[in-house]
Amino acid sequence: MKQRTLVVVSAGLSQPSSTRLLADQLAAATAAAGEAREIEFVVTTIELRDLAHDIMNHMLTGFPPGALKEALDAVAGADAVIAVSPIFTASYSGLFKSFFDVVDKDALVDKPVLIAATAGTARHSLALEHALRPMFAYLRAVVVPTSVFAASDDWGADSAEGFLQSRITRAAAELATEVGRREAATVTDPFALTVDFEDLLK
Amino acid sequence: MQFGIFSVSDITTDPTTGHTPSEAERIKNIVTIAKHAEEVGLDVFALGEHHNEPFFSSSPTTTLAYIAAQTDKLLLSTATTLITTNDPVKIAEDYAMLQHLSGGRVDLTMGRGNTGPVYPWFGKDIRAGIPLAIENYALLHKLWREHVVDWQGKFRTPLQSFTSTPRPLDEVPPFVWHGSIRSPEIAEQAAFYGDGFFANHIFWPASHTQRMVELYRQRFAHYGHGDPDQAIVGLGGQVFINKNSQDAVKQFRPYFDNAPVYGHGPSLEDFTRETPLTVGSPQQVIDRTLGFRDYVGDYQRQLFLMDHAGLPLKTVLEQLDLLGEEVVPVLRKEFAALKPAHVPDAPTHASLLAKKLAAKEEVAA
Repeated sequence: MKQRTLVVVSAGLSQPSSTRLLADQLAAATAAAGEAREIEFVVTTIELRDLAHDIMNHMLTGFPPGALKEALDAVAGADAVIAVSPIFTASYSGLFKSFFDVVDKDALVDKPVLIAATAGTARHSLALEHALRPMFAYLRAVVVPTSVFAASDDWGADSAEGFLQSRITRAAAELATEVGRREAATVTDPFALTVDFEDLLK
Repeated sequence: MQFGIFSVSDITTDPTTGHTPSEAERIKNIVTIAKHAEEVGLDVFALGEHHNEPFFSSSPTTTLAYIAAQTDKLLLSTATTLITTNDPVKIAEDYAMLQHLSGGRVDLTMGRGNTGPVYPWFGKDIRAGIPLAIENYALLHKLWREHVVDWQGKFRTPLQSFTSTPRPLDEVPPFVWHGSIRSPEIAEQAAFYGDGFFANHIFWPASHTQRMVELYRQRFAHYGHGDPDQAIVGLGGQVFINKNSQDAVKQFRPYFDNAPVYGHGPSLEDFTRETPLTVGSPQQVIDRTLGFRDYVGDYQRQLFLMDHAGLPLKTVLEQLDLLGEEVVPVLRKEFAALKPAHVPDAPTHASLLAKKLAAKEEVAA
């Protein structure tokens, strides 16, 4: 078994939230898919609601307060990320976008990411493809092909073994496979000197 | 250890009265503030350089020369001199001139400036900020040390048989600090030349300052200028003082809440915890400032930001009184008691001249 870190980012606002419920199911499915591939996932879940003020303060002051710094470091150091947003006004929520606006632009490069979203009706499902996927493409993350959308209907009793579950399982397997292909993530120290001064002088 | 104040030269509305000082008023006030800094026993007055509103200080040597003429001991410095957008030839000339007029009471802090649109106004590109800082300073360093300079670089017209005049006072170039918040290349640059490193320190978590100073000290030793703890470090600081700490908070809060840099963001309490900002009694300011030494080591210069965010002149002068009478004398004594003998003071014109003469004598002998 090799150990890898999985960071789950949930942008749900209510408590309890269906976004968090979906995030937890995806995390559990990824852990199970990992086991089948000799990967033990250490899971950290970040509730953006708890960091909402810090995220805005970061935008205004240019540095992350303590708790947000921990969350950003966790994302940067993760071997895989599951990112789940509610769909608001035809796109990801502002809080979800704001968080990824303060993630370092290189933090997600080549990082396996599973995207998922929740909304009231299935009519919003393509927001995953026209909003979340391009954003992570910009960040040069490796977004797994299956994205997972859950509408209110999907939480019905008849769906326990239904369409939503099969997508969760498939997406989790894709994520675990991507992690299995890679070495453990490394983080570059922003304060480390990467060039020789003699070269800079040239 | 040197103590002083630095100003970014912002023109900001006083949120408690709605009064916005005119440029004329603010410029007159800054001279009063600098003179008062000397009166209350501070060592250094450093002035920023900006080329956009709402700042007035586009021409720091003019202001500093005017202040030099009305003071006796005060060391005039910058916070910062834009090494990216200024022509290094003009910096060499202007500050050598200021050195002569002030009798050697000049040093400089180099900075890159952080506003994208300013660069193109001077024919430069912010994306080349670091290469500009490296090349321009290399030329400036040469102009002050070599009488006749032949030079070619990427960013300015080549020089052939050029002599920058006036020559530095006593042929001793002004001491230079390099300021940076989080660019390791600049800490490296300061270390390479054996120059000082100034960490802005305010507005950011102490951990940034700690890492940058640590890197600078290591590299200072690497380049053979001395031990890591002999490197020359300066820090910024931001305080608001009242004999009663509750009154300090009450008085400063409206200025904090509306300040240009962090206003309408974190609470005063959050920001005080996350950054070196200290709002409280003289004793609280003393304790916090002494604590800086815990993460940067023994250092040579402490500057405080006092005149920003629309604080009226009267308040700034009162703050200077408290700083000069109740805070700095204690800090001087405490820091001096803690500093080992092998840790140098910040270089001054007198100390650099003495060093030069001693080196000459050694050669002669």
